[in-house]
Amino acid sequence: MSGENRGYALELKNVHKTFNAGTINEKVALEGVELQLEDGDFVTIIGGNGAGKSTMLNAIAGVWPVDTGSIVIGGTDVTSLPEHKRAKYLGRVFQDPMTGTAKTMSIEENMAIAARRGKRRSLKWGVTKEEKERYKAMLKTLDLGLEDRLTSKVGLLSGGQRQAVTLLMASLQKPNLLLLDEHTAALDPKTAAKVLALSDKIIEENGLTAMMVTHNMKDAITHGNRLIMMHEGRVIYDVRGEEKRNLHVSDLLAKFEEVSGGEFANDRMILA
Amino acid sequence: MILLSLNPLSLFRAMPGACAQGLIWGIMALGVYITYRLLDFADLTVDGSLALGGATAVMLIRAGVNPWIALIAAFAIGMLAGMITGLLHTVLGIPGILSSILTQISLYSINLNIMGKSNQAINVDQYKLVVSLRYISGDALSKFMFYGGVIGGCLVLIAILYCYFGTEQGQAIRATGCNMNMAKAQGINTNFHTVLALMISNGLVGLCGGLYAQYQGAADVNMGRGAIVIGLAAVIIGEVLFGKFCAKRKMAFAFTLMSVIVGAIIYYIVIAFVLWLKMPSDDMKLFSALVVAIFLWIPELKGKHSKKGVAKQ
Repeated sequence: MSGENRGYALELKNVHKTFNAGTINEKVALEGVELQLEDGDFVTIIGGNGAGKSTMLNAIAGVWPVDTGSIVIGGTDVTSLPEHKRAKYLGRVFQDPMTGTAKTMSIEENMAIAARRGKRRSLKWGVTKEEKERYKAMLKTLDLGLEDRLTSKVGLLSGGQRQAVTLLMASLQKPNLLLLDEHTAALDPKTAAKVLALSDKIIEENGLTAMMVTHNMKDAITHGNRLIMMHEGRVIYDVRGEEKRNLHVSDLLAKFEEVSGGEFANDRMILA
Repeated sequence: MILLSLNPLSLFRAMPGACAQGLIWGIMALGVYITYRLLDFADLTVDGSLALGGATAVMLIRAGVNPWIALIAAFAIGMLAGMITGLLHTVLGIPGILSSILTQISLYSINLNIMGKSNQAINVDQYKLVVSLRYISGDALSKFMFYGGVIGGCLVLIAILYCYFGTEQGQAIRATGCNMNMAKAQGINTNFHTVLALMISNGLVGLCGGLYAQYQGAADVNMGRGAIVIGLAAVIIGEVLFGKFCAKRKMAFAFTLMSVIVGAIIYYIVIAFVLWLKMPSDDMKLFSALVVAIFLWIPELKGKHSKKGVAKQ
């Protein structure tokens, strides 16, 4: 279908994924996900454990191939592309601060690697002088004192610092889509708030399209222009704009109870 | 009583040979460092690719090829061996260590085929060899030329590796070895870079095999047996003794590579010392394994004692 409407930043069509199919551990993770993101959408994603939030992000990133359905990013069908080829279109920040950076490499090397996302790795010098200046300036905006530690190994940084650097890395090459997978869940509340504010800033300044999985319903309401709720591998609720702004945590809880037949009692959710 | 029967002079006389061996095997240890430390891949191809490099170099020299060209060929064929291991792992999905064992075993047959029998000699009088045992027992000039050449060669290799691992491609290899998830998320083709690193590593091992065969004047199908242990010993000894020293330097990576070669030299000095103590040479492999085990244990031991003061993250 070449006459397809361009314009969607992301389009998921009938995406299915079952893990360990045919075994005793069979788990249906995605069951026909349908989702369209407009350019510039910042979508927060909530749902209970096992609802398929992270699985959906991993499906988009190509961590494994999906069983059926298609994934189109900015008009390009990436369904059959391996993870490293899809990276060209994606910026990613993970739940575990250790995942997004290479700890035995320096801050500037990590950033330089990210700046070459989607490009061929040649025999040119890995970090140029101009880059160092640019990174230094960017790190300064974080206000974490990292601008003087360009050559420090990332492994020496705290979890919050690493997430902040990973966020910067994700925006060095402007991605078509930024995937934030519970990227503040492993941080203490104060650091989490800082990293969240930084995420907002980077998304706004670069005009990025973004998806953020969170367990915190208040965050899900206050950040982004759109909110979706997932349940049993499907998108079951999708609000945006004015309607989203007027949401309350109690509305979301009611919604959860409705879809889970009243027996919804995930303490992680309620505490949030 | 036994000590009295030992001649200190003979230990002294064993030192030049130990240093020469250490320098040559240090090149192999650089290869082991690349897979073991940078790529985080336990590569046992080494035992086979060392003999492969030796066999190839010796047969080419016997066929009249220039010994320098023979070394380049040994490097190239070592890369090929590394590529096989890499493809077994990345394309067929065989676990890394098992892939390397498969290559190692098949190389045993291949090496026998290359040589036609289990060993082949080259006479230093007949060919103009790059390195030879003979040179270190010769006059002062030939000694100087030998050590100058080998040390210079090692430094050039270190410089090349230092630069390479600072390039975009070298960084991609390091990222692949350090954090595969991060590498993939940054668009790095981790399979390609895994194969590439294995090729560079085994190329160095093949080069070492070619040099060592020339040094001892023969290639033997068993010359690589236990090579991985020597390589690991060099890497670990270097790390344990010079790790802190290297980390503080500006060009830390170059110093680390140097410490690997120094580690290999120390290993051979220790071996020479043990042989001097009249330990039976049959027990040498057992002894090498012990040395590696002890040095691998040291960081663990240090960790246990220093953990008290370190707060949990």
